[in-house]
Amino acid sequence: MKRFHLPILIVLLSAVGLGVFAYKVSALGMPLQPDATAETWQVEARVRYQPTGGAGTVELRIPHRLPNFSILDEGFVSRGYGLNTVTQAEDRLAQWTTRQPRGEQVLYYRATLYRDGNDRSESEYPGPVAVPDWTEPFRSAAEALIDDVRGRSSDIQSFASVLVNDLANAAPSSNAAVFIESDDNRARRTETLIELLATARIPARQVTALQLVDGRRDIEPQTWLEVHNTRRWVPIDPETGEIEYPSDVAVWSHGDAPLLEVTNGENAEVRFAVSRGVQDALATIQRFGDTLDTRILDFSTLNLPLGTQNTYRVLLMVPLGAMIIVFLRNVVGVQTFGTFMPVLIALSFRETQLLAGIILFTLIVSLGLAVRFYLEHLRLLLVPRLAAVVSVVIMLMLGISVLSHQLGLERALALSLFPMVILAMTIERMSVVWEEHGPADAITQGIGSLVVAAAAYGLMANRQLEHLLFVFPELLLVLLAVTLLIGRYTGYRLTELFRFGRIQDAMRRPD
Amino acid sequence: MPAWLPRFVRPRVLKEQGIVGMNARNSRYIAAWNARRFYPRVDDKLQTKQLALDAGLSVPDLYGVVRTHRQIRDVRRQLRDYEDGFVIKPAHGAAGDGILVIEGWRGDRPRRAGGRAMELSELDDHISNVLSGMYSLGGRPDVAMIEQRVRFSSVFDAVSHRGVPDIRTVVYRGYPVMAMMRLPTQDSDGKANLHQGAVGTGIDLGSGRTIGGVRYNKPCREHPDSEQSIVGLQIPGWEQLMELAAGCFELSQLGYLGVDVVIDADRGPLILELNARPGLAIQIANGEGLDHRITAVDAHMVARETEPSAERARWAAEIFARPDATRPAKLDSEPAADAEPA
Repeated sequence: MKRFHLPILIVLLSAVGLGVFAYKVSALGMPLQPDATAETWQVEARVRYQPTGGAGTVELRIPHRLPNFSILDEGFVSRGYGLNTVTQAEDRLAQWTTRQPRGEQVLYYRATLYRDGNDRSESEYPGPVAVPDWTEPFRSAAEALIDDVRGRSSDIQSFASVLVNDLANAAPSSNAAVFIESDDNRARRTETLIELLATARIPARQVTALQLVDGRRDIEPQTWLEVHNTRRWVPIDPETGEIEYPSDVAVWSHGDAPLLEVTNGENAEVRFAVSRGVQDALATIQRFGDTLDTRILDFSTLNLPLGTQNTYRVLLMVPLGAMIIVFLRNVVGVQTFGTFMPVLIALSFRETQLLAGIILFTLIVSLGLAVRFYLEHLRLLLVPRLAAVVSVVIMLMLGISVLSHQLGLERALALSLFPMVILAMTIERMSVVWEEHGPADAITQGIGSLVVAAAAYGLMANRQLEHLLFVFPELLLVLLAVTLLIGRYTGYRLTELFRFGRIQDAMRRPD
Repeated sequence: MPAWLPRFVRPRVLKEQGIVGMNARNSRYIAAWNARRFYPRVDDKLQTKQLALDAGLSVPDLYGVVRTHRQIRDVRRQLRDYEDGFVIKPAHGAAGDGILVIEGWRGDRPRRAGGRAMELSELDDHISNVLSGMYSLGGRPDVAMIEQRVRFSSVFDAVSHRGVPDIRTVVYRGYPVMAMMRLPTQDSDGKANLHQGAVGTGIDLGSGRTIGGVRYNKPCREHPDSEQSIVGLQIPGWEQLMELAAGCFELSQLGYLGVDVVIDADRGPLILELNARPGLAIQIANGEGLDHRITAVDAHMVARETEPSAERARWAAEIFARPDATRPAKLDSEPAADAEPA
């Protein structure tokens, strides 16, 4: 059991990390790119009517749960009206009431829609419907048509589709032509189709949808047909027979009840205007998350105050840098001063940028080393000597900042963000290595530290990685798993392959 | 291929040679066999010495311990008695730092190794630095040990430049598995550090003869300064040294242990210090990997009661003997029967 402990832990950690990550990406659609934007649609329904005296009541059907869009945000503009929304079947009804409306009344409902893909969730089968009472000659034509279509289709969905096509391309004397009226339109056609489908005992319903076109002010609501195939409602275009809504069609309401009803008013009309908006994908996702029943986003980093967020953007990169160190030290075999000193140096490179950072670091460490060698002559005790080096380092930093400011090199001002205690420790260690193992070792390790810091910076400054770790902190579990995995690595380090490679001539051959 | 080009060796080849890498050493040997609570026994040289004395193992005599700055003056007066010199070393020093060797006295002034006389105040300074933790890990306050100066056996005078040759033995679960001698050179400035150019030479555990070694990662059969052969040198008191090394397992309780020994002209092998994290250069000096030998010890230990240290030393000497490798250099050119297979 003990043998499998770590592998199981590693698999578990990666599974949880990747699982949550996959869920957030695929189900919640959280963006993988830092500057991803999401398309949102502002839909505005404008209701206008002339009051005819007495208390006015306006009832507007508004969407409740759209199958292919989510409502990120909505608002009602209705001065002087009381507002009440009630859920009615699959829609909602916005009820505006006022006691004494005067003059033309205008009311608005605005919603921000975000497309989240077609909803194919199942819904309960309402059961076979009653066959309508046809009068002749419609009865015979309907039955003949139904029989004909049934012969050319395989299931409810294809039946409906074939039927729609038959009506759309009806030859003048065919059975289908009987059902086509002279003033035919989508709504009429849909009603006819629902009746014909009922003859085949197939449940069907009417849906009002909006085609989203950017900048359009007068969008005519479209009527769509939905057929229940015993598992879910399948949308069908009543004119072309195409299945499913195109991506730019948003369902507004269900059923054949009118969109707008006004009591004590006349000339009532509702108009739809649509405009497209582009929003930061993250913000969109966050608001989208609020509309879902998921608790995951409540615990996300995105809900933290902005200042804290920025801190964590940096902090969450530290485990990544630490993992790089683990890799470079234990798998590659680079020698560095201090285990995690390069990560801290890399963090300060974020402010100074790489080249300036390396120059400044080298400058301070070499000046500091010179001072440290001088202090050696004074035979100080260890802690006072360290304190002296820290003071000197800070004075050096100040000196360089003042000088570079005079020279107009503003970048060098970020120097103040260098971790000076770490620098002082580095100088101390470097001088000890210098004395004990010679300058070659000290310089090799110094360069090693810088290379590791630069590599860590390269990854830690990557916006893509920063975004990934910040939005999907569960990936840290995967990092942890990888670190644990390397923790069990007992193979050779890359540098050892060269170290022992050089002495291959001296190796005793196995007998 | 030009010599300066880095030469790469495939991991599989190293594995066949039984070479142990850092990661394997850390996790398979140190983490597995060296319990952290026993580290102070080797990191604190005073404690090591005490334990060795209790166990009856030979160490340089301890003349005194300086624990506070106030004691420095008293000790100094007492130091005059040691005509043959003495050594001041920090109890927690690492890598030979802070060790001051005094060979004797010139009038009132102590004489350092190498002949330079120093002021008494310098001696005080040195002890004071030791006490304040200048040479200890992390700068913690330390104590200074004053001990007998080892009078090195003259056997190695021709093959060591100024400094002190020492013998490092790696002891695995109480069995000496590999040994090397480190010979200081002019390049290494008298230090027995392979990194700085000291010569490392492997030792045949069976006979205690040197095998011939490596310098700057290149095979080497002569000392670079004196051009004396370093192959086939017999280390005096080898059996005693093996027992001494094996015995350090009981006193330290560390399963993967480095034992550093020097040879005193009169007293023979003396334990200088122990190391809980012995490095891997010993494999380079011996031209052989540690792994096969460690596997042999593990196999030997299966279902076996602990043997006394003398028994262990004898077993190791027998199993790990390499008489083929200890012939002097000139023999190699002859078509000998034990010529290396291609």
